[in-house]
Amino acid sequence: MSVGLVLVSHSARLAEGLRELTAQMAPDVAVVAAGGMEDGEVGTSFDLVLAAVAEADGGDGAVLLYDLGSALMTADLVLEVLDDDQRQRVRVADAPLVEGALAAATTAQGGASVEAVAAAATSAWRRVAEGPAPADAAAEVATSADGAESAEPADDAVREVATLANSLGIHARPAAMIVKEVSGYDAEVLLGPPGEATADARSILSVVALGITGGQQMEVVGRGAQAREAVDAVVAMARDGFGEE
Amino acid sequence: MPVSTQDVLDLVRAYAGVVTENRDYLIQLDAAIGDADHGENMDRGMRAALAKLDGETPATPSDVLKSVATSLITKVGGAAGPLYGTAFLRAATAVQGKETLEPTDVVAAITAARDGIVARGKAEPQDKTMVDAWTPAVDAAGAAASDGGGVRAVLEAAADAAEQGMRDTIPWVARKGRASYLGERSAGHQDPGATSTALLLRAAADLAGREA
Repeated sequence: MSVGLVLVSHSARLAEGLRELTAQMAPDVAVVAAGGMEDGEVGTSFDLVLAAVAEADGGDGAVLLYDLGSALMTADLVLEVLDDDQRQRVRVADAPLVEGALAAATTAQGGASVEAVAAAATSAWRRVAEGPAPADAAAEVATSADGAESAEPADDAVREVATLANSLGIHARPAAMIVKEVSGYDAEVLLGPPGEATADARSILSVVALGITGGQQMEVVGRGAQAREAVDAVVAMARDGFGEE
Repeated sequence: MPVSTQDVLDLVRAYAGVVTENRDYLIQLDAAIGDADHGENMDRGMRAALAKLDGETPATPSDVLKSVATSLITKVGGAAGPLYGTAFLRAATAVQGKETLEPTDVVAAITAARDGIVARGKAEPQDKTMVDAWTPAVDAAGAAASDGGGVRAVLEAAADAAEQGMRDTIPWVARKGRASYLGERSAGHQDPGATSTALLLRAAADLAGREA
């Protein structure tokens, strides 16, 4: 069981499309689309959202994400009618819908609590607020750090550099694979271009935002009891091209 | 004369008629600064409210208000559903158990409705929302009741103030709701939610006048 998600949108197709996207990255999480009205009109339906909460909450709770203001009002109203027991484990997350849903889903996939899933959704604001990274930054760092594979570690961290074998590099699906894999180890893992490994490998948004493409190098830095195992697992996935061409 | 259960039923029917008459007007107002669904949503919601009440025998004004709240919450997809639904629900709670409503009960109901809308929508005064019609109405109704006014005086004061508040929204830049995405371009347009609020309170005042 894991925390479920409810995607509250004015548009049935928007909610359904986002459900499809999150299901790809978090296949074991109950992600329920509650978009549009019963008759397919644009709007948010109290009854649909209420039913979606019942479906998403298998006992571990559910996090609701919404698109626009009045969807929040509908979500809040639904929370008010839940019985006290269930309301304890349901949260409405103030988060950017797409980024928040992906962050929440991958966090839920790792078996996190409802608070942690809601916090992951909200943390997506940071990613949105930072805006786009300079287009050439990743490439520059990768070029200037060509010799990083032989660089001496500065502390007791486990460090490896792998060349991404697939043509697309780190996109949504590989990012989700990494997050899922790393969350199985007792280790803190950071990723980035060689010498610049600062992205938390448990944060789907941080990993996707790396923008490392196929053929480029990625440094994997691990700390903690299972650092070696975690780093080796990520390196193996990267060298395997994440199962892609 | 105090307000009876039948009076509240009459108000629901009257307001449903007013909303249908003003459906296109509300749509036009909303099309200028929002998503053009306010007229349709209110019409849909009030029709549903009437249909539901047709199958019920409410015993008190509170029962009528609660029934309307349920219809609005479940049948209206835009912001108007949760906002007016909460307003009617809170008003129902404020006068729960009362067979008829005295002027102070009417003030309590309007006040609770406004407080519910503020709690639900988090709008501040001058955000260019329905709150800008409700709050002057609450203040004016309270003053009229304090001056010893009857139900008619209270509701007329509320309606007059709501209409003034509605007109006051015209020059403002929206800071809440869909219109806030337009920024400066929202200035020069009357807020649709403030308009439907003024229509509601005017319908109530007209009914009270009829009975006087």
